[in-house]
Formats: sequence, structure tokens, C-alpha cells
Amino acid sequence: MKDHKEIDDISGVETTQHEWDGIKELNNPLPRSWLWGLYGTIIFSIGYTIVYPAWPGITTNTKGLWNWSSRGELATEISKVEESRQVLGNQLVSVELEDVSQNADLLQFAVNGGKSAFKVYCSQCHGSGANGGTIYPSLIDDDWIWGGTLEDIYLTLQHGIRYEQDDDTRLSEMPRYGADELLERNDIVDVAWYVRQISGQEFDAEAATRGQSVYVDNCAACHGDKGEGIRELGAPNLSDAIWFYGNTHEEIVAQISEPKQGVMPGWNGRLSEVTIRQLTHYVHSLGGGE
Amino acid sequence: MTSGIPIIITALAAFTAMLAAAFGQDSLFQAHMTVLCIAMAIACIVMLRNLKFAPDWDTAKPAKANPSEYMDDVVRAGVIATTFWGVVGFLVGVVAAMQLAWPELNFQPYFNFGRVRPLHTSSVIFAFGGNALIATSFYIVQRTCRARLWGGGLGWFVFWGYQLFILMAATGYLLGITQGKEYAEPEWYVDLWLTVVWVAFLIVFLGTLVKRKEPHIYVANWFLLSFIITVAMLHLVNGLTMPVSLLGSKSYSAFAGVQDALTQWWYGHNAVGFFLTAGFLGMMYYFVPKQANRPVYSYRLSIIHFWGLIFLYIWAGPHHLHYTALPDWAQTLGMVFSIMLWMPSWGGMINGLMTLQGAWDKVRTDPILRMMVISLAFYGMSTFEGPMMSIKTVNSLSHYTDWTIGHVHSGALGWNGMITFGALYYLVPKLWGREQLYSLRLVNWHFWLATLGIVVYAAVMWVSGITQGLMWREYDSQGYLVYSFAESIAAMHPYYVMRVFGGLLFLAGSLVMAYNLTMTILGKTRDEQPFTSVTPAATPAE
Repeated sequence: MKDHKEIDDISGVETTQHEWDGIKELNNPLPRSWLWGLYGTIIFSIGYTIVYPAWPGITTNTKGLWNWSSRGELATEISKVEESRQVLGNQLVSVELEDVSQNADLLQFAVNGGKSAFKVYCSQCHGSGANGGTIYPSLIDDDWIWGGTLEDIYLTLQHGIRYEQDDDTRLSEMPRYGADELLERNDIVDVAWYVRQISGQEFDAEAATRGQSVYVDNCAACHGDKGEGIRELGAPNLSDAIWFYGNTHEEIVAQISEPKQGVMPGWNGRLSEVTIRQLTHYVHSLGGGE
Repeated sequence: MTSGIPIIITALAAFTAMLAAAFGQDSLFQAHMTVLCIAMAIACIVMLRNLKFAPDWDTAKPAKANPSEYMDDVVRAGVIATTFWGVVGFLVGVVAAMQLAWPELNFQPYFNFGRVRPLHTSSVIFAFGGNALIATSFYIVQRTCRARLWGGGLGWFVFWGYQLFILMAATGYLLGITQGKEYAEPEWYVDLWLTVVWVAFLIVFLGTLVKRKEPHIYVANWFLLSFIITVAMLHLVNGLTMPVSLLGSKSYSAFAGVQDALTQWWYGHNAVGFFLTAGFLGMMYYFVPKQANRPVYSYRLSIIHFWGLIFLYIWAGPHHLHYTALPDWAQTLGMVFSIMLWMPSWGGMINGLMTLQGAWDKVRTDPILRMMVISLAFYGMSTFEGPMMSIKTVNSLSHYTDWTIGHVHSGALGWNGMITFGALYYLVPKLWGREQLYSLRLVNWHFWLATLGIVVYAAVMWVSGITQGLMWREYDSQGYLVYSFAESIAAMHPYYVMRVFGGLLFLAGSLVMAYNLTMTILGKTRDEQPFTSVTPAATPAE
């Protein structure tokens, strides 16, 4: 066979003298650049496995030239960042909450850190812009349920709201007037009209008048005589235009009958003291802080 | 047509599925078995209607008279299935892209993104790609071995068995049945069925190779054989699970934690390596020399790059797990094996493109060959991009972003899609005995629609992926994160809309192809200007 070589006319290269369904093969050598590329990547790879941890043995693996590890690198980077924040961090923890604003650097440190932590831990419920959502309160207005001073916000952040794992959590539970049959259905309908009246919305005058006495007997103790709310009890203001669980008559009836009781986790022990204080200052700075 | 035994087996299967549906331990299994029962019952009825009662020696004779003739019926069925599943897969892809751009389009629970996405990936990779591989491998192995497909009806079993696998996988996803392993979502009983089908595939392929009349085994068959064997191995290991009940849809993996993750990505990466690379290289090694009518550029290159690819690909999986709980040493090895994979992958591109030596002028006048050339170009681009993305520094930016999605699509649409389209355009006139395609101009339309679609898609995903990566790692001077995750999602919206556009272009191209192939099969020819070169060389001098 090898005596008479078959040459491809167009390329002038000999073939391998095999043929499958009309397909032949040229006997070209490996392209030089390709071969050098292959060698190059192999040499690089061998070098890389010498420098970095690579080959497994029976009990451990090669550690590379300077014992690099991704966990080690991460730890170094984190400790570097923590170190750079240490001075201001210590200061933030030791200074009274109210006094932070007197130190511009410290306040900037607190607000920036809080803004970043907020994106990671809070934005899921309160939104990226802290403007809340259907059942999560907005943090950018001055309509606070549990209070908007630095101390109030700090306490809420530490212990959460109706957060069972924390004994010091903020606790208030609106009675289930309908589900537990504390009020007649008619009374609930009436008092809901009254709530619409005191919040300046359209209402059924006759029903609202009946509802007023229901309100005084059952609701005023927590929500206040004029529906202005009582922050110590976490009872929201009913006389303004800001609504948590909806302002239609049906929604108000539903909330009185079987109230939704929102939960916010407490962050003590899960976030550092510095981060909680940073979040306090950040939330306070959003516009509604008192 | 059909003999009694398959009918009896199908009827028994339908009955067993009915029992399984009745006694199933969970409602999903009951629903899934009902689907199986209906499918088996339909198959049984169709076969019964085609049953011939004439004695064997009478009807079987004409077929046996010419046993060397190639078995092309099953290839024809495969070509139709490939075209059909291609259109379905691309359509579902456009739907998934729209769901990402406009989340209101998530229809709960059956058509939410979580279920539509595996439906898209599996229908493109396994239904479109898998049917293409089965059909073309049956075609190639017969031609290059000069032997009829071994095993008689076994080839048909592989085809229909695989369609049943696709049906069970797809309906399972929509019902919410999943193993939760990417590209290996079907549950244990569907996995077992695929194993049976795949072993039959291997037997048919090997049997044909063994009784070949050519002294040597052609390079395309090395690639196809390595694809079949390796996919069997990957599927078996990654699919090792313990079912909760033999009458239930849920199972638990034999592996846990990082071992499970590593096994999954050993599987996942080699599904890309052996299904989408080795298998399709086998396709390329047959159809490119045939369409160009030129010899393969280098026999030596094909040997070296074949073994390089086979040896290196299998170790590259850990690059999917950079910066995770996977030990550093395994990450290092995953990365360097991916880098070394660069040249063995490019060997296929070089060998394919250089095969056009002396035939480059045909690219101007032959849109089918042009499709194959662009598929090799995309292959080269994505097999460069892959090793680059496996470098840890690059990966720290690209991982978990849309860049990966762009990479996968330039490979899947550009390389796998285009080479398959080229093969289909080559095959249909030959398989149905037509002189030419219905229209070459429509092939040209398909070429440009698909190419533009891929370019839009990939470019948009690069931009959005890099934007995401940069937003996620943006820190201010005090080292605090600048963006929330939701803000990075909001920033993606315009890109997601553009991606839908790219996908629509690609889908439109595939519809043009489906039309063109259907008309060709029907024996029609479009009245059109011949598709020839516009170079003045053709004009005679006066």
C-alpha cells in the first residue's frame, strides 16, 4: 500500500488511503500553533498546580508554595476590613445613640454601614428603598407604630416584634373580635364605618354613629380616644391616611375580625452590636426619625 | 408491519402503569403513571391497527432479500422528531425568557419559571439534541461502516423508547416531579427507563460497528461511541438514588453535601462535554467533509484531539464549584484541566474549518455549508470562553451571572443548533429521495435569522452578566456593599427584554426550517432565483 501514495490534487497533501462513504483523510501534521498552544497550557497548568494546593494524597493534598487557601484569603480580607472599621466601630458602641450625630465621621460611618446591612437583611421585607410593602411598614415616613426615636428603633431592631425567640420582644396582640366572637358581626361592621369616619374617608353615617360607642368600649383603650394610636402598645394610628392592612371597609372589617399580626425578627445575637446600631442610625436617617 | 411481541409488552406496560396509578403513594406519582398509562394505551392501539396477520414467511421475504440495505426509516423518524422538538424547545425558551422579563407570565403552578426552565433545557438538549444525535449516529454509522443497522427492530425501540423518556421527563417537570439536579431532573423511575433505552442504543451502535465492512473505524464513530458510553456512565453514577417508595415519585441521592455537588457537576459538565461536544463533533466529522466534498484536514489531529478531549474533559467539572465548600485542591484541578482542554477542543474546530481548504468558495454559494462553518466558529468561540471562565479570577466575576447563560447559548444555539440544522438540510433530500431542498433561499433566511438571534442573545447576556457581577461586588470606600440584590435584578430588565427578541429571531429561523423541510419531504420545489455566486467571475468576457 505504502508504495503508491495517494495525493490530494487540491492541497497536494497525501491521504491516509482510507475511505468511508467517500470521505478521505489528509495526512497533515499537527498544526504547529495548535501544538504549542497545547504545550503552553500544559506547562501553565503544571506550574499552577505547584504554586497552589492541587494534588490529593492519601491523608492530605499538596499545599502549594505558600500554603494558600481560599478560606485563609477570605479571613485575611475580612480581618483587614474589620481592622479598618475597628476604631469607628468601638466608638459607635461606646457613644450614646443621641450623641453620634455630633461626630460627622462617626455618623457617616454608621449610616453607610447601616445602608449596606439594610440591603442584605432588611430589604426583603421593607424594600430596597425602605418604603415597605403591602404588609410591611414603610420606614421613610413619620408614622411609627412602635416609635421613631433612636432608642425606639434600636429596641425594635434588637428584639423584634412578636418574635417568639426573644423574651424582650415587642409584644402586642389585637384581640380577634370576630374569630373569637368578642363582638357581634353587626358591631364589627359598624365600628369599621366609624374608623373610616375618623380617618376622613367616605362612610355610612348611621352605622358610624352606632360604631362610635363600640369603638369607645373596645378600641379606644389601645388606639386612643381619637384613634391617634398609642406607641407604647404598638397600636397604630387609625386617623391618618397611612394604612397597613388596607383602608377599604372590607379590609378594616377583616382586620377587626381576625387581625393579621406581623412579625419582625430580633437581630440580637445574629448581627453584631455595631451593625445593629448602624441600622438604627440608617433607619433614623431615612426621613421619619424623631 | 409490527409483530405481536411489542404489542403484548406495550399492553402489559399500560396495565402495569394503570396499577401503579391506582396504588401510587403520592398524588404526583399517580398523575404521572396515568400519563404513562395513556401513552402506552395509545401506542398499543396504534400498533394493533398496523398489525398484519399474514404469515411470517410471506411478508418478511422482501425485507430479507436485501439485508445489506441501510435501515433509514428510523433515521427519517429521528429527523422529524429532531425538527419538532427543536421548535418546541426554542418556543419554551422564548416563554422562559419572557417570564424573566415580565414575571406576571408565571402561571402557577404548572407554568412557573421553576418548571418551565427544565422543560426548556431538557427539550433543547435531550429532545432536540438527543434525537439529532440518535438519528445522525444511526445514519453515519451505517454509511461509514457500510453495514445495515444491527439489531433489527432494536433501533426502533431506541427511537420510541427515547420519545417516551422525553414525554415522561417533560410531563414530570410540569407536574413538579424533580430530583433537583440540573440537566438530570427526571426522577428515579424515568432514569431507569432511560438506562434501558441507552443500553439498547449502545448495543445497536456497537453491533453495527462490529459487523462493519470497512477495515477501519471512521473518526466520527469514535466520537459517537465515546458519547454513548460516557453518557451512560455519567447517568448511572449521578442517578444513584434511593426511592422513598417503589410506588412513589420521590427519591434521595446516594450522595450528600459537597460530594453530591461534585458528582452533579461531574455529570453536568460532561453532559456538555460528551453530549454536546463529543457527540456533535461526531456529527461534524461526517457532514462537513460530505457537504464540502473535501477530505478531512488531518488524521493525526483528529486522533490527538480526540484522546485529549476524552481524557481532559472528564476532570473539568469542579470549575462549576469555584469558591464553594469544595476543597481548594479540587477547584485547582478543575481549573487547570479546563485550561488544558482549550487546544483539544479547538482541534475539532481547526480540523473542521481546514477541511474547507480548497472549498472556501462554496461558502458563498452554499448556505448549508455556511451554516456548518458558522457552527464551527461558535464552537471555537465558546470552547475558548469556557476555559477562560474556568479561571478562578474570571469565575469570581462571571459565576452565578447571565454571562454563564450567554456562554451556554452561544454553544447550544451556535454550535449544536447550527451543525444540526446543517445536518438536517443535508439529510432530508437524501432520506426522502428528493433531488434538492424545497428552497435554498429559505435556508439562507434561516441562517441569518439564527445568526442574528444568537449574536443578540450572547451580546446582551455578556453585558447583563458583567453588569450583575460588578454590581454584586461593588463596595464603597469603607468596604460596605453598594447594591442590594433586588437592585441588580431591576437593572437587568432591559437586557431581558432584548434577550426575548434574540430568542424570537432564533425561533423564527427554526420555523422557516420546519416549513422548508416539510415542503421538501412533500416533494415540492420553490420557484426561485437559483442561489449562486454574485461574483463577476461568472460573467463571460465579451
